[in-house]
Amino acid sequence: MSRQYETVIGLEVHVELATRTKIFCGCSTAFGGAPNTHTCPVCTGMPGSLPVLNKRVVELALAVGLATGCSINQYCKFDRKNYFYPDNPQNYQISQLYLPICHDGGVEIETADGGKKVVGIHEIHMEEDAGKLIHDEWEDCSLVDFNRSGVPLIEIVSEPDMRSADEVIAYLDKLRLIIQYLGASDCKLQEGSMRADVNLSVREAGAREFGTRTEMKNLNSFKAIARAIEGERTRQIDLLESGRPVIQETRRWDDAKEYSYAMRSKEDAQDYRYFPDPDLTPVVISDEMIREIRNRQPEFRTEKKARYIKEFGLPEYDADILTGTKRLADIFEEAVAVCHRPKKVSNWLMVETMRLLKEREMDADRITFSPEHLAKLIGLVEAGTVNGSVAKEVFEKIFDEDVDPERYVEEHGLKMENDTDALQKTVAEVVEANPQSVTDYRAGKKKAMGFLVGQTMKATGGKANPAAVNQILREILEEKQHE
Amino acid sequence: MELWQMTALELGRKIKDKEVTAVEAAKASLAQIRKVEGTVHAYVTVDEEGALLRAKQAQEKIEAGELAGPLAGVPVAVKDNICTKGMRTTCSSRMLENFVPTYSADAAERLTDAGAVILGKTNMDEFAMGSTTETSAFGVTRNPWNPEHVPGGSSGGSCAAVAAGECFLALGSDTGGSIRQPSSFCGVTGIKPTYGTVSRYGLIAYGSSLDQIGPVGRDVADCAALLEVLAAHDCRDSTSVARKDTDFTAALADDVKGMRIGIPADYLGEGLDAGVRRAVLEAAQVLKERGAVVEQFDLSLVEYAIPAYYVIASAEASSNLSRFDGVKYGYRCEDAEGLHHMYKKTRSEGFGPEVKRRIMLGSFVLSSGYYDAYYLKALRTKALIKKAFDEAFAKYDVILGPAAPYTAPRLGESLSDPIQMYLGDIYTISVNLAGLPGMTVPCGMDAKGLPIGLQLIGDCFKEKNILRAGYAFEQARGRAPLADVGRLTEAEKKEGEAR
Repeated sequence: MSRQYETVIGLEVHVELATRTKIFCGCSTAFGGAPNTHTCPVCTGMPGSLPVLNKRVVELALAVGLATGCSINQYCKFDRKNYFYPDNPQNYQISQLYLPICHDGGVEIETADGGKKVVGIHEIHMEEDAGKLIHDEWEDCSLVDFNRSGVPLIEIVSEPDMRSADEVIAYLDKLRLIIQYLGASDCKLQEGSMRADVNLSVREAGAREFGTRTEMKNLNSFKAIARAIEGERTRQIDLLESGRPVIQETRRWDDAKEYSYAMRSKEDAQDYRYFPDPDLTPVVISDEMIREIRNRQPEFRTEKKARYIKEFGLPEYDADILTGTKRLADIFEEAVAVCHRPKKVSNWLMVETMRLLKEREMDADRITFSPEHLAKLIGLVEAGTVNGSVAKEVFEKIFDEDVDPERYVEEHGLKMENDTDALQKTVAEVVEANPQSVTDYRAGKKKAMGFLVGQTMKATGGKANPAAVNQILREILEEKQHE
Repeated sequence: MELWQMTALELGRKIKDKEVTAVEAAKASLAQIRKVEGTVHAYVTVDEEGALLRAKQAQEKIEAGELAGPLAGVPVAVKDNICTKGMRTTCSSRMLENFVPTYSADAAERLTDAGAVILGKTNMDEFAMGSTTETSAFGVTRNPWNPEHVPGGSSGGSCAAVAAGECFLALGSDTGGSIRQPSSFCGVTGIKPTYGTVSRYGLIAYGSSLDQIGPVGRDVADCAALLEVLAAHDCRDSTSVARKDTDFTAALADDVKGMRIGIPADYLGEGLDAGVRRAVLEAAQVLKERGAVVEQFDLSLVEYAIPAYYVIASAEASSNLSRFDGVKYGYRCEDAEGLHHMYKKTRSEGFGPEVKRRIMLGSFVLSSGYYDAYYLKALRTKALIKKAFDEAFAKYDVILGPAAPYTAPRLGESLSDPIQMYLGDIYTISVNLAGLPGMTVPCGMDAKGLPIGLQLIGDCFKEKNILRAGYAFEQARGRAPLADVGRLTEAEKKEGEAR
């Protein structure tokens, strides 16, 4: 490759808002449920039904807009986007084209060289999600489930301000954190509550005009996004190098094959015939509502981090990691509220939790254990009810199955063995059975002590109090020496 | 006087006074339906069994003292684009031939709550698109005054049913004149309320920003009583307005002294039938004699109303009707090859030609490159028309004119020339564009014995002004008679015998 190329990337991010009910009817937004049970005449597009806007959706969209420095259209409207597809019961999606609720904002990200840059937000608009099609190849038919139909979404459209996969990930991370901190969404990529489409073009370094862009869909994880960007960048450069044009089209990323496939080109792009939805009145947002939502804004990462250092005496490193995910920060705060041992809670999250997340290939967002159980476990260790190695074993159970540590320790007989008489007996047996180690110890090989402790722990099923074992062993060994 | 010939309020009083039961009233209506329906064909569905059951239940409630309203026990009909739970609602389209709604429209619920007994669903132009009721997929409705003529449309079934005594009151819907024009052709009274007065929840949409449900009845008082039942804020319709002044029957005073009435000179010009013109001006004279101040004025912009209306209504319709796709309910074609073929074939077979024409027109005006030139321009025209009315209502309490340029055309005459048919809506359409209330009151007969309707238009939320004017006129001229369909059928019989 003789020429240098620059990649230009803009994102369209869909976020499912965490409202209790749908955007235009009173149906539940809860995940799961038998097909077509969270539905009514409105979200199934029955003739004669009418949409009524859920005010909570406006509040959450507004909160995200304000937190990302957007200007607010205090008079905004909903438009109909007309297209035929069976997952869309009315055959139009209610969205916003002409007057979206938020526009012209941005978020600051850190670049690879340690600098900072702002990724512009072109607009944020509110819209409804579609239902789900299930293709039954056995019966040779397709079925539709409208449970997701009408779940509220916001679409955050960025400016083409990103230049690498790293910047895209940094932007998404920042956006996710802001939205999670606001409580506007849980932003889970795998479950689809956050979805990103990537608009990408390449141009020769120094060129002023943008190249022809493609839009990529079906990106279900940060890793897939990074791979897709690399793949698409390479594909476009290869085209240009071989003198062929990049075609403006929508492409579908296949993460398994690490390649994207053309879905539709600009030529067969649909004319959505947008027009203002006559069933909905314009949304008028008062100064007071903006003020109220601004006042209600939560503590964001920077403030939270400072507070963890000041209030809980955490090292900066801990505070940084814990506030890096809303879920971790929430668990931390809830557990501390129960056990009042911030540094201990932090240690469990920073060491064991991180280890298990890595082992299970999970994001912190997907942690399911209750902070109270972690707090209880810390209490058990503090009280000397379990020893450190048992605690780790119990924690893994908490992490995987959210067991109640008190009950689990009780049921599995994992309480620390503090019965000195019984321990004396066990230690004596271990010493009896390992004469070589005793000789070694007496010969000055202090390491032999560790072996004998280990054997004793094994004999007690790991439940013995290690301090007590050490003390008894030492007594026996020294005693025998003086005989 | 036979039972079926009474007004709704007269019947309601007799039921209240225990002189008649709701079941007897329903039976009287059903008997009249049996007698004339063969000639008129006002109904798509007559639910005889259900109606008698509902009448029995209403009677029980009346006797238990749970129902005391003026319409308790009164048999009514509902236009077939208003959803009725468990009762087929077709929009007179093959597309919804077997569609049974899972819920009732707010207006239908309010009717039932008031104790009115729904007899069935009335015929209409398919999806309310048309001015003659001839675009119905289930056969034409005939004008009860002369079965060789159309009843008007799109609420032709509701108006014909009232005129022929097949119900005491009916619900219609009006997007561009669909209550007022057939009321004029059938010699009955009909009101299109201010936009937002009656909930659209459950009304199968044609042009959402223009559609309003309204009453059709035998006189002004009946219509006012029904409107009082229908008008209420509904949180399920975002365009529904919370009004406090819905005691419409309070406006029924024979007093128009000092009322300022304007007649747009634009409404009396070219294209207006001489007989209609004479009847309308005579009606104005009657009101003047009773103390109203009547004068002509220039409303302006009248010629722009029709193109603006057909752009806006068709644009909204093209989107509103896209849900009829064969996937969820209604008609689905046989033997489709794949999804898009199924969509195409279902919609080609399920919709009639007038509906297809408007879907295509609407899709065109919304398409990229034409949106500004057609749709936005039509919206601007709509705003200007509203402004012209605002200026007029600064000077007048009521605007008076004809409801239609002519009396009911003969069957088959209109559909051969759709542009001519569209032009027939000239006096009614701007009322929808401006969101105003309008009412038709019968004001005479033409030389052929066909009814002529007087249109009274009020400013937004001023239904009481037009009710007062309409009531005063009715008091002066006497209530319009019902059509004697029996006489006509007798005449036809004789004609047949003679042959």
